[in-house]
Amino acid sequence: MSQQLPNAAKAEAPAADSWNHPQDQPLRRFLTNNRAAFGSLAVFLLMLLSFTIANPVVFTSWTLYSSVLTTLPVAIFLTVPLVFIVTVGEIDLSFPATMGFSAWMFAVVVHAGFDPILGFAAALVMGAVLGYFVGALVVYGNLSSLIATLGMNFVLRGIILIFTEGKSIALPSLNESWVFKLFSSEVGGVPVQIYWAIAFIIFSMFLYSRHRFGVHIHIVGDNPDSAAQMGINVKRVRVGAFIFVGIGAAIAGVFSTMINFTWWPTSGDGYLLPVLASVFVGGTPTWGGIGTVLGGAIGALTVSFIQTGIVGAGLSGFYVQFFNGVIIILSLLGHRWNQIRYR
Amino acid sequence: MADRLIELREITKSYGNVYALGGVNLSVDKGEVVGLLGDNGAGKSTLIKILAGAVRPTSGDILVRGKPVTNWNAGRSRESGIETVFQDRALAVQQSIVRNIFMGNEKGNRFGFLDLKKEVSEASRLMREIGFTSRVFTPNSIVGQLSGGERQGVAIARAIYKQADLIILDEPTTALSLTETNKVFHFVRQVRASGRSILFIGHNIHHVYDIADRFVVLDRGKVALEVSKADMKSAEDLIRFMEHVAHPELTEKPKEKNKSSRSKGAA
Repeated sequence: MSQQLPNAAKAEAPAADSWNHPQDQPLRRFLTNNRAAFGSLAVFLLMLLSFTIANPVVFTSWTLYSSVLTTLPVAIFLTVPLVFIVTVGEIDLSFPATMGFSAWMFAVVVHAGFDPILGFAAALVMGAVLGYFVGALVVYGNLSSLIATLGMNFVLRGIILIFTEGKSIALPSLNESWVFKLFSSEVGGVPVQIYWAIAFIIFSMFLYSRHRFGVHIHIVGDNPDSAAQMGINVKRVRVGAFIFVGIGAAIAGVFSTMINFTWWPTSGDGYLLPVLASVFVGGTPTWGGIGTVLGGAIGALTVSFIQTGIVGAGLSGFYVQFFNGVIIILSLLGHRWNQIRYR
Repeated sequence: MADRLIELREITKSYGNVYALGGVNLSVDKGEVVGLLGDNGAGKSTLIKILAGAVRPTSGDILVRGKPVTNWNAGRSRESGIETVFQDRALAVQQSIVRNIFMGNEKGNRFGFLDLKKEVSEASRLMREIGFTSRVFTPNSIVGQLSGGERQGVAIARAIYKQADLIILDEPTTALSLTETNKVFHFVRQVRASGRSILFIGHNIHHVYDIADRFVVLDRGKVALEVSKADMKSAEDLIRFMEHVAHPELTEKPKEKNKSSRSKGAA
């Protein structure tokens, strides 16, 4: 066969008969794949180092860390599923109300005298249903997720306030239940919540990169046209991400209620902005298609630690917001420098 | 002649009173690269869409391996082993080569967890099959790091994974440099060597001339020329013919010359 063009590809193609290239060695690949997460970890360690230099006594005692480890899991249960939704190319601002709503179900069931595990189950179902509802509204209604979920946040919170008339529910009976011991006590001086949070992170990491669901989330966030052409049900994947956020919010709501023995109608409200910040501080970019679950969890750790850290370092509470902002901006700059953008 | 893979008989497609295709005959044999040429609006994309099952022909028959297929649609097209590779839309550039090859057909257990080892070894087998290897990337590399020609390789490997017998490449070299074009040609030759067929659509006549075994030129919804490479001495002849098709009043008609040379060759 006649060829006009010199065949350059042929000369270079048979070179490799194995893929054993330097960049494919397991350790190197692990580092490359978790680049953003290591960046977030570096930010956290740097912050911790500055605090420790400012006040060595407080930051070498366990009490401080123990208190962070009790409240941090709530933020992790919210942040990790949000990494999924940002990766799929959407956003969900309704999770604070979903959290309050699901915890409300938990509180009502426990208050009525049922076993708290039934309350937990009810909260999970409620979280999944609300997640499905919000997701279906966005996906099948073809609405902007930013605006629609913001609206749903107000609607759900409004329903809570209308029905409870702003009254909280105290749950003193929780203290004796086995569910409380399982999810909210201490093991070896470490709050048990953090074990559950770590289990949740590991499960989510597998779901994110080793499971069909997570892989489809990546592909749909990256190129929905191509995903649809290859037979992936794009809408179902998107709704699935919203359902996962709902479930995460329900777990967060139950854990938060068990810490306080009380459900407040405002439960979850304070988490909106810190949790959103955690996702991006963790190294998940805004444009979809990629992200990091581990980074998100480290981002949640960083953001939860700022307040405790500032006060512990001996600064007044007035500095908290300022340093919050500084750390968010510095992290974003760091990730921008650390990541290659392909689209 | 070799085994006939797919045959279109008297395919017409009309949108209202406008005929996009007015009775096109096109066949692709096993292990053959057919170059499809034609100006804008000649009906190339309509023809591809019909083959992919995205558009229903108004009339005409489609035969797969000699047997007519009724109710032709996207599913039938896929079952018949036809895969279309569109130029830009095909790949998720932030994902790895493996993820793109198995997109929508991930290998995993029944709980949905993936068997990454199996996927990587299967992907490298497919990539070797089309000669898509290199020292600088591996199946785990991100597609965004690859050049334009290499990205076509990912799409072709995916089509092969999906058991395609006929791969339709829609302008795979249009935006590519010489080196990149050569890479694509290398993949195409490997695919042909494995006994699969390719329908190569292009605007660059030189590219199509270099790679195809047979050329089909469409003009205003009809086949203006169908000629095998043996009967077309050079790309310039093909260009001259294309120019004549586009501006019949300005150019002499080279078809007669070709016909005579063809009969001479036969005699």
